[in-house]
Amino acid sequence: MSTAALTADTSSPVPLLELRGISKEFPGVKALDDVSFAVFPGEVHMLLGENGAGKSSLMKVLCGAYRADAGEFYHEGEKVAINSTADAQKLGIAVIFQEFSLVPHLDIAQNIFLGREPKGRIPGTIDRRKILADATRVLGMIGFEIDPSTIVDKLGVAQQQMVEIAKAISQNARILVMDEPSAALSDRETELLFALIARLKADGVSIVYISHRMAEVFALGDRITVLRDGRRIDGVRPADVTPDQLVRMMVGRNVDMTYPRNFADEPGEVLLEVKGLSASTGISDINIEVRRGEIVGLCGLVGSGRSEVARAIFGADPVSAGEIIFDGKAMSGEPDLAARRGIALIPESRKSEGLALLRSVGDNLVVSALRKLFPSGLFDQRRAQRTSEGLIRQLRIATPGARQIVGLLSGGNQQKVVIGKWLAAGSKLFIFDEPTRGIDVGAKSEIFALIDRLVAEGAAALMISSEQVEICHVCDRAYVMREGRIAGHLARSELTEENIVRLGMHHA
Amino acid sequence: MTDISKDAIAPPRSFLSQDAIQAFYRLLAALLICAVLAVLSDSFLSLGNILNVLRQASLTFFIASGLTLVVLTAGLDLSVGANVALSACIAGTVIHKTGSPALGILTGLACGGIVGLLNGIMVTALRIPSFIATYGMLWVLNGLTYWYMAGETLHGFPAGFRQIGSGYLFGLPIPVYLLLVFLGIGTLFAQRTIWGQEIYAIGANPVAARLSGIPVARRLLLVYAVSGTMAGLASIIFLSRLNSAEADIGESLTLPAIAAVLIGGTSLFGGVGTVFGTFIGALILTLVLNGMNLLSVSANWQPLVTGIIVILAVWLDMKTRRRAQ
Ligand SMILES: Nc1ncnc2c1ncn2[C@@H]1O[C@H](COP(=O)(O)OP(=O)(O)OP(=O)(O)O)[C@@H](O)[C@H]1O
Ligand SMILES: [Mg+2]
Repeated sequence: MSTAALTADTSSPVPLLELRGISKEFPGVKALDDVSFAVFPGEVHMLLGENGAGKSSLMKVLCGAYRADAGEFYHEGEKVAINSTADAQKLGIAVIFQEFSLVPHLDIAQNIFLGREPKGRIPGTIDRRKILADATRVLGMIGFEIDPSTIVDKLGVAQQQMVEIAKAISQNARILVMDEPSAALSDRETELLFALIARLKADGVSIVYISHRMAEVFALGDRITVLRDGRRIDGVRPADVTPDQLVRMMVGRNVDMTYPRNFADEPGEVLLEVKGLSASTGISDINIEVRRGEIVGLCGLVGSGRSEVARAIFGADPVSAGEIIFDGKAMSGEPDLAARRGIALIPESRKSEGLALLRSVGDNLVVSALRKLFPSGLFDQRRAQRTSEGLIRQLRIATPGARQIVGLLSGGNQQKVVIGKWLAAGSKLFIFDEPTRGIDVGAKSEIFALIDRLVAEGAAALMISSEQVEICHVCDRAYVMREGRIAGHLARSELTEENIVRLGMHHA
Repeated sequence: MTDISKDAIAPPRSFLSQDAIQAFYRLLAALLICAVLAVLSDSFLSLGNILNVLRQASLTFFIASGLTLVVLTAGLDLSVGANVALSACIAGTVIHKTGSPALGILTGLACGGIVGLLNGIMVTALRIPSFIATYGMLWVLNGLTYWYMAGETLHGFPAGFRQIGSGYLFGLPIPVYLLLVFLGIGTLFAQRTIWGQEIYAIGANPVAARLSGIPVARRLLLVYAVSGTMAGLASIIFLSRLNSAEADIGESLTLPAIAAVLIGGTSLFGGVGTVFGTFIGALILTLVLNGMNLLSVSANWQPLVTGIIVILAVWLDMKTRRRAQ
C-alpha cells in the first residue's frame, strides 16, 4: 500500500532503495512488523519513533546486519538480496550505528579505514603516510580538527561520534544511514554535521537520519517516516505536519513537550560545596555549590571539562588540589565512598561506563542499590526482581522482562536503565552527565518530571547537558565551563541560550 | 572491554536463567558419561568406585571453587597448585613440631590465605594483570617450597588428622561431606549475598562496577584471599590423605582446577558462571579420568582427553549462549 503512496508524491518515480513488508522478530519482541520504507535519490529521510519502536532494527536490516524474517529489497526498481553487510556495501550503503563500533586500541586513522587500509610497498604492510593523509582529509571534510594518530580510547563520546561519521563518509556511499548521530554532539558539532549533510545532499547522496530532536527533523528532513511498536504509522513531509502531530503519531497519545518544573521559592541548605578543585584530567580551580531542592546546570562546549568535574566529585578521578564538602563533611576517596555518602553519577557513556551489557536488565537496575535494598548483606532474588520491575514500569523501559540481557535493548531503553540504576539507591545528590542522550521526546519530559520530584523531596542534581534548551528549562541556575575552568555563573533570570554560548565560547 | 555485537547472545527463552540452563546441560553430560561408563565397565557402578570418584572430584573442587570466584571477576589464579604445596609443607612441619593437628590446619589455611591476599594486593594496588601476578607467584612459591623442604619428605601424621582425608562417616568419605559443605557455602556466597552480586558485576564490566559504587579493589582482595584459603584447605586434605608432603605435590593441580572451572561453564572473560557448574566440571573431569583407568587406557592419553573436553565444553557453551541467526 505504502509503495504507491510514496511514489505518487515524489518527483523521482523510482526509489534508490526500497524495503517492502519487512518483519523481524526477536524472542519476546516483534521489532518490525510488515514495514515498508523507501529512500529516494538525494533526499534526507527522517526516521522517527519512540525508544524501541524499531528504527535501529530497520536500519540494521537495510544494511544487512540483521536478516529479516520476511520482506523484499528493491534497488532502483530491481529486486535485490541483502543478506550481509557486504551485499549492502556493494549497493553503496554506509551506516553510522547508534552504538559505536570503533576499535578502542587503534588510532583514529586506522579506525576510519579499518579493513580498507591503503597497502604499503612491502606486502602485508600499511601505507602509514597515506592513511594519515587520507584521514586528515576526511576529518577536514567534517570540520573535525584532531590528530588522526590519536588512540580512540582517549576520545570522549562526542569525539568518537565524529570519528564514526568520518568513517562512514570515507566510504563514498550513495545511501548514508545516520542513527542518532547528533545525540552525543554539542550544538557546534551538530552545525558542522548539518553543513556536511547539505553538501552530501547536493552531491546526490541519500541520507536516512534518525533523531529524537524535533528541531532537527524540521531543519533537515525532506520526508518523514514514523514507526511505532514495530509498525510503520505514516510517511509525511515536514511542511504538512506540526511537531505536536508528529509526537502524537510516534507515541499514540498527547505528550507535554515542555519540561515541567516546580521551582522552589527558596533553595535549601548547601549539599555540595566544591572549593578550588583541580585534577590532572585538565580541570582547575573549580568552585561549585549545590543546594537541596536545586537542579544546577553545568554547561560548556564538549571538552570544556564538564564530565571531568563530575568524575572528580564522584571520586572517579584523583583530585590534585581543592576540597569537596558534601553534606557538611569533607570527602575524598573512591566512588564507593561517594556512593555510600549519597552521591550518584549517571555517567556519560552508557556502553563502557554505565552498563554491564551482558548482564540482565534487573541485575543492572539494582547494582547500585544492593546495600540499600539488602542491608543484611543477603541478596534476595525476588526482592531484586520486584524492585527492577517497579523501575521498568516507572521509566517505561521497553523490555520483554527484567531477565532480558541489557545489551539487547534499544539504545534509548539502555539509557533509561543507566538512569534507573540510581533511583533505588536513595541518593541525595544526582550528577547527570548527558542523561537524556538517545531518549525519546515523551520519555524525556517524564524523566525531567522525575528529577523534579527527586529534588522537591530534598535531593539535588547537577546536570550536564549539551542541549542548552534543556538546561534553560529545568535548571535553577547554571555554571558555564571553558577550557577546564568555570567561566561564569548564570542565575535563573540570566539563563538563556545566548548567555550560555557567550560564556562558553573561547574569546568571550 | 566486553562487547556485545548485534546478536551475540540469546536472551533467556524461558523462566529459567541462562545459568540454570547451562548447569542443566552439564548435569546431563555428567549423567551421560556415567551411563556410558556403566555399560562399558562392570566395576564403574560399584560403591567403592563411586565413592572414589567423589573423593577425587572433591580435591579438584576445593581448589577450583575458589578459583571460580577469581575467574568470575575476569581474573585468573595460576598459583593455586604451588600454594597447595607450600601450605601443605608448612602445615605438615607445624604438626610434626607441635603435635597439634588443629594448629597445623590453622597454619595451612592461613598460609594459603596470605598467599591469596598477596596475589590480591599485586592485582589491585600494583595493577599487575592477575595472569602475570599469579604466574610470578607460582615461581616464588615453588622456590620457597623447594628451599624450605630441601629435598626432604614429611611423613607420618597422627591418626586423627589422617581421618580428614581418608576417613569415613556413615559410609561416606569425609572429603565428600566437606565438598557438600563448601558447594553450599560457595553457591550461597555467589548467588545469595550482595558480595557475590558485586563480584559478577565486576567481572561483567569493571569500569561500570566502580562507577556503580562497588568497592572493586576490596572485593578483588577478598576473592583472591578466598582462592588462596581454599588452596590452603586443599593442602590439608592432601596432607592428611597422602600422609606425606613433598615440595612437588602442587605441580599437577593447577591445570585440572582451571579445566574444572572451564568445563563448568565459567567464562574467562568474567561475569558468567557458577560454583555449582564448577562442581559438575570437577565431576566430569574425574569421571572421564576414572573411566579411562577402568578401561585400562594408558595414562599417557589423559592430558589429551582433558584438553579435548575443555575445548569442547567451552565451544558448546559459546554456541548455546549464542543464538544461531
Ligand atoms: N538483537 C536483539 N535481540 C533482542 N531484541 C532486540 C534486538 N535488537 C533489538 N531488539 C528489540 O527490538 C525492539 C526495537 O529495537 P530498536 O533498537 O530497533 O529500537 P529503536 O527504535 O532504535 O529505539 P531507540 O530510539 O531507543 O534507539 C526493542 O524492543 C529492542 O529491545
Ligand atoms: Mg535505536
